[in-house]
Amino acid sequence: MDGVLHQVFSGIASGGIYASIALALVMIFTATHHVNFAQGEMAMFSTYIALTLIEAGVPYWGAFVITIVFAMVVGTIVQKILMEPLMNAPVLASVGVFIGLLFIFNSVAGWIFTYTLKPFPTPFGEGGPLLGGFFSRHELGSTAITVVVLFSVWAFFRFTSLGLAMRAAAFNPVSSRLVGVPVATMLALGWGLASGIGAIAGMMVAPIVFLDPNMMGGVLLYAFAGALLGGITNPLGAVLGGFLVGIIENLGGAYIVGTELKLSLALIIIVAVLTLKPAGLFGKVLASRV
Amino acid sequence: MMKRRVLLSAAATGLLATPMIWRQAGAQTVVGVTKTEIKIGHTIPYSGPASAYGSGGKGHTGFWKMINSQGGVNGRKINFISLDDGYSPPKTVEQVRRLVEQDEVACLFNPLGTPNNSAIQKYVNQKKVPTLFVATGADKWGDYKNFPWIMGWAPSYQIEAQIYANHISKIKPNAKVALIYQNDDFGKDYPLGLKAAWGAQYDKFIVKALTYEVTDATIDSQVVSLRDSGADTLITVATPKFAAQMIRKVYDIGWKPLHFLSNVSASAGTVLIPAGAEKGIGIITATYGKDPTDPTWANDKGMNEWRAFMKQNLPEADMLDTSYVYSYGVCLTMLQTLRQCGDDLSRENIMRQAANLKDLDIPTVLPGIKVNTSPTNYHPMRHMQLSNWTGTSWSLFGDLIEGAG
Repeated sequence: MDGVLHQVFSGIASGGIYASIALALVMIFTATHHVNFAQGEMAMFSTYIALTLIEAGVPYWGAFVITIVFAMVVGTIVQKILMEPLMNAPVLASVGVFIGLLFIFNSVAGWIFTYTLKPFPTPFGEGGPLLGGFFSRHELGSTAITVVVLFSVWAFFRFTSLGLAMRAAAFNPVSSRLVGVPVATMLALGWGLASGIGAIAGMMVAPIVFLDPNMMGGVLLYAFAGALLGGITNPLGAVLGGFLVGIIENLGGAYIVGTELKLSLALIIIVAVLTLKPAGLFGKVLASRV
Repeated sequence: MMKRRVLLSAAATGLLATPMIWRQAGAQTVVGVTKTEIKIGHTIPYSGPASAYGSGGKGHTGFWKMINSQGGVNGRKINFISLDDGYSPPKTVEQVRRLVEQDEVACLFNPLGTPNNSAIQKYVNQKKVPTLFVATGADKWGDYKNFPWIMGWAPSYQIEAQIYANHISKIKPNAKVALIYQNDDFGKDYPLGLKAAWGAQYDKFIVKALTYEVTDATIDSQVVSLRDSGADTLITVATPKFAAQMIRKVYDIGWKPLHFLSNVSASAGTVLIPAGAEKGIGIITATYGKDPTDPTWANDKGMNEWRAFMKQNLPEADMLDTSYVYSYGVCLTMLQTLRQCGDDLSRENIMRQAANLKDLDIPTVLPGIKVNTSPTNYHPMRHMQLSNWTGTSWSLFGDLIEGAG
C-alpha cells in the first residue's frame, strides 16, 4: 500500500511538470488555435538564458523576471517574423514552421550552451523531503507556482477585455477584425504570453530533470496528452489533465503495463481523447459559425 | 551562378577523387590505397542530441593530422574522412554507404553508437569492409564467427556487468539486488552479463529489474519501485541524464544501497557533479581508462604524452572531456594495425592485422591492461578495475579484473 501511495505522489510530482507545459500549450491554442510543437524547445532555450544570468551573478528572482520578459519578446518576434506571413496559409505550413523551430532552438542551444548536462538552481532551498518524504521542497514550490500561473491565465481570459479580444481573434479572425480587434497584435501577444509561461515551466522543470538541450523532448508529449485530456481550451482542465497523466503514467508503469509502455500510455490517452471526447474532460465543445 | 560554380567544382573533385581499385591474385582487395595515401572513413554525431560525443571525432582528426605531419604511415598519408550522422542510424547507413561506395575508403574506423553500428553491421560484413574498433561497448562486436569484418575496442558492457556480479558475490553474497537499465541494446547487455556471471543464482540475487525509456521525463517512479522491493544493492545502467537523476533521487528519498553505476555515466563533470557531488559518495563503477580528473595521473607518463598531444594539436579543447582520452587510445590502436600491415594494405590484410595485435600498450588506459586480439578474440580489452566516488574524484581500488566476455 505504501508503494502505491509513493507512486501516486511521485506521479503528482511529475504531473506538475506536465501541467506547467500543458498550460503554455493551452495559452497558445486559445490565442492562435494552433499547437506549437516548439513550445518545449523555446522554454528550454529561455531556461538557458536564466542560467546564464544566474551564473553572471543576477539573483534568482531577478533572473526569473528578466527571463520571462526575454521569452515574451522572443515569442512575439517569432510570431511577427515567421507566423504572420503564414496567416492565410494552410495549417500544414504552420506545422512545418513549428517543427523547423523545434530543430532550430534545439540545435542553437546545443551550439551555444553545449550538450553537457547542467544543474539548475531551485529557489525553494535544497533541504530534506517534506510531507513524510513524498515531496521535495522544489516539487511543492513549483506546484504552487503552476497554480499561481494557472489562476493568472484563467483570470486573464475570463475577466480582462484583452483576454476576451484574444479569444475572439483566435476563434474568428474575420469577424474580430470587423468589430475592431487588432487581430495581428492579439496573435503576437498570445505567442509572447505562451512563451513567457513556457519559460516559467522550463525554470521549474530544469531543477528536476537537469538542463540540457533535450530536456523537453520527453516532457512535451506527456504535456500534450495532459492538455488534451483536460481540454486544450481550458487552463484548469489542462493542469488537472497534466497531474492525471503523471499519476496514470506512474501507476500504469509500475503495476499494469510495465515501464516499457509508459510512453505508449501517453499516446493511447491522446488517441482515446481525440476519438472519444475531443474537447477533453473539462473542455467546452466549440462550434464555429462562419 | 554561384551555385553552378559550386556544383562544377564538386563534380571536378569527384572526378579527380575517382579511386583506383584493383584486385590482386588470391582475392586480395585493395581499395582506397595509393602509393601516397590511405583513405579511412568515420562517422560520429557532430550535430543532434548526442553531439557531445562529437569531440571524439575532433580528437581523431587532430591525431591523423599529427601522424601526417610526421610523415604518415609506411610512407603514406592518412586521408581521414569524418562524417556527421547526427546519431541517427538511417543517416549512419547513408554516410557509410557514401564512404564505401563513393569515397571508396580502405576501411572504416571507430564509427560511433550501438544502434548506429547495428544498422551498418550486415552491410559492412557483406561488403567485407574492415570496420575497426567501433565506438560502442555492446558485446556483439566480439562475434568473430558471424561478423568477422567488425570489431569493438573498449571492454564490453557484458564484461563490465560480470565484474560487478563477481564483486557483489565476493563482498555481499546475500545481496538483494535491484537493477535498472535503459531499454535498448546498451542497457540489455548488462542483465546478460549478470546472468553469465551468476548463472542460476541470478534469480536469487536480483529482487527487482526495471527498465526506462530515453523518452521518459523522469525515472522517479522506477526509483520508488526499486526501493520498495527491499533491495540493499543497486545497479544503475543509464546514460548521463538519467544517471544524474538516479543519483539524486536515491539520495533524496533517503535510500542508501550499495550503488553500482555503469561506466558510460561515470563522468565527474557530466554526471556526478551536476547530480550533487556529495550525493554520490560511495558509488562504484568499473573503468579501463585513466580519468583526466584523477590526481593519480597528474604526473603520469602516458597521460602527459596525451596532454602534450592535446596542447599541440587541439589547444582549444576541453581537457576534462574524456572523449579526447578515448580518441587518443583508439587512434593509437589503429595506427599499430596500419603499421603491422606494412605494404600490404588490402582489406583482407588490414582485418588480419587488426585481429593480430599482441600485448599493445596504450598510454591512456590503466597500467596492466594490454590490447590483445586474435582471429578468435575480437574483444581487444577485457580488463577493468573498480573505482569509487569519494565526493571529489574517482579512486581506484582492488586489482584488475578480467571479464570472460
